[in-house]
Amino acid sequence: MTTTDTNTELKTQEYLINMGPQHPAAHGVLRLILTVDGEIIHKVDPDLGYIHRSIEKMCERDTYKQIVHLTDRLDYLSSHMNNEAVCLAVENAMGIEVPERVKYIRTIMDELTRLASHQLWWGVMGMDIGALTTFMYAFRDREMINDIMEETVGARLTMNYNIPGGLMFDIHPNFQRRVKEFIKHFRKALPEYNTLLSGNIIFKKRLQGIGYISKEDAVAYGVSGPSARGSGISCDVRKIHPYSAYDKVEFNEVLIEGGDSYDRYMVRMKEMEESMNIIEQLIDNIPEGDYQVKTPALIKLPKGEYYQKVESARGEFGVFIISDGKKSPYRLKFRSPGFSNLSILDKISRGHKIADLVAIMSSLDFVIPDIDR
Amino acid sequence: MGVEKEVKKEVLKDDFPGQVIPAGNGGNIVVGVLDKIINWGRSNSLWPLYFGTSCCAIEMMQTGAARHDWSRFGFEVARPTPRQADVIVIAGTITNKMAPALRKLYDQMAEPKYVVAMGACAISGGPFYYNSYSVVRGADHVIPVDVYVPGCPPRPESLLDAMIKLQKKIRSTKNSERVNPIEGFDEGK
Repeated sequence: MTTTDTNTELKTQEYLINMGPQHPAAHGVLRLILTVDGEIIHKVDPDLGYIHRSIEKMCERDTYKQIVHLTDRLDYLSSHMNNEAVCLAVENAMGIEVPERVKYIRTIMDELTRLASHQLWWGVMGMDIGALTTFMYAFRDREMINDIMEETVGARLTMNYNIPGGLMFDIHPNFQRRVKEFIKHFRKALPEYNTLLSGNIIFKKRLQGIGYISKEDAVAYGVSGPSARGSGISCDVRKIHPYSAYDKVEFNEVLIEGGDSYDRYMVRMKEMEESMNIIEQLIDNIPEGDYQVKTPALIKLPKGEYYQKVESARGEFGVFIISDGKKSPYRLKFRSPGFSNLSILDKISRGHKIADLVAIMSSLDFVIPDIDR
Repeated sequence: MGVEKEVKKEVLKDDFPGQVIPAGNGGNIVVGVLDKIINWGRSNSLWPLYFGTSCCAIEMMQTGAARHDWSRFGFEVARPTPRQADVIVIAGTITNKMAPALRKLYDQMAEPKYVVAMGACAISGGPFYYNSYSVVRGADHVIPVDVYVPGCPPRPESLLDAMIKLQKKIRSTKNSERVNPIEGFDEGK
């Protein structure tokens, strides 16, 4: 009879694994250098710069009207909010008061973009966990928003609709009807999302208790947006510093005191409902008026420093401009939500398995060009 | 008759096993039909490598989704690994740091391999052509490109059109004359 000696300790060793830059779950070209022991992650070291396109440096040579179109390419899923941030910064610095009509349209467009972004996130999150069907459902509804955008703006993804002083052109005559049709459709489709994924026991077990962010950590690392609201931190720029028409609408800031991946997931699901509420309050009340105020052909900001933040689909997006009174900024810095949210990845994924890292990354919702700029 | 036998003896050795059909008497026809069959199979089961670096990747996903549905043409098996892919769709900007990785991916793909450059960035650097210090001005400085798709980003219909053009290109190639595209590639010098 042979006996196996169970007292000998299994010798294990740390080793490195490269995840990316070409990886289907990295949502782009993020490279993570993982220090793992077996399948347990000991350290995550993000290596950035694979899509660094020197946008901030390019802004130092462009005029303020030209800068707007570069911001589309930062976080391409919330391109409308990025445009708006630059336009608001320039308008505030110049003291331009935009018409009420512009404010309403901007707010509606913001929320439509947020819906499209969250739909894509939901579809891709399902795919990362292993539920491939969600992708088809999400893109079915996303195409409807793309159609609305295409009709009014002329582009499906990189919109470039805002300019300092208003909008490029007025909304299409069909705009209100089609938005209402979409809201009617999506009110029925969102419960479908919940039955398909949110209550799924496998999905829940993959997310609950994974990637816990405490309140203190979220503040210390500068996490913002839905990822921070999943830890119960009130940080919605739309509520705290209202811009455009957000002070005229009633909506709830979704807060969940949990901190794990499933809570961040639920925050985004509930945010979609709030976005629909905001659109419904505004869509019938768009005031008549101009869609643009006249601005000088070459905008020159007065000497000084300006900061404007907006709530993008991923968190607080800020534009910091230092002007020396010339036609282009002396220095321009983007505060992108993805970069700050990425910084906490190492802390929250230690001790989890590699498959959980994919779930954590999905729940933080990264867009890599937004991080690398 | 006697003259023909003499000619054959000059061409063939005595110990040659089997029978040879002279050229122009059926042999070429078999090869031509085989070409057609191979190209038909190749062009209808192109497996794309999912290489999305930035904005164009979203439009590539839209192309794969229900409305545009590129599986109608046989592209649905999108692979994240180069070893199982036939065509690499470069969807997005290639930066100086990314270029060696792109070349490595291309070298890992099995022959025959094709490249589609999707969007202005992959064609020429696009909006980042001027004043950018870190962007490669076009993916054809790194690997040879077969089809270019203009747009920033291109519509899903444009990508479908490009893939159909690639199918046409594959169908018109003669496999006996096909060369490895990386041979003689000058890397845009």
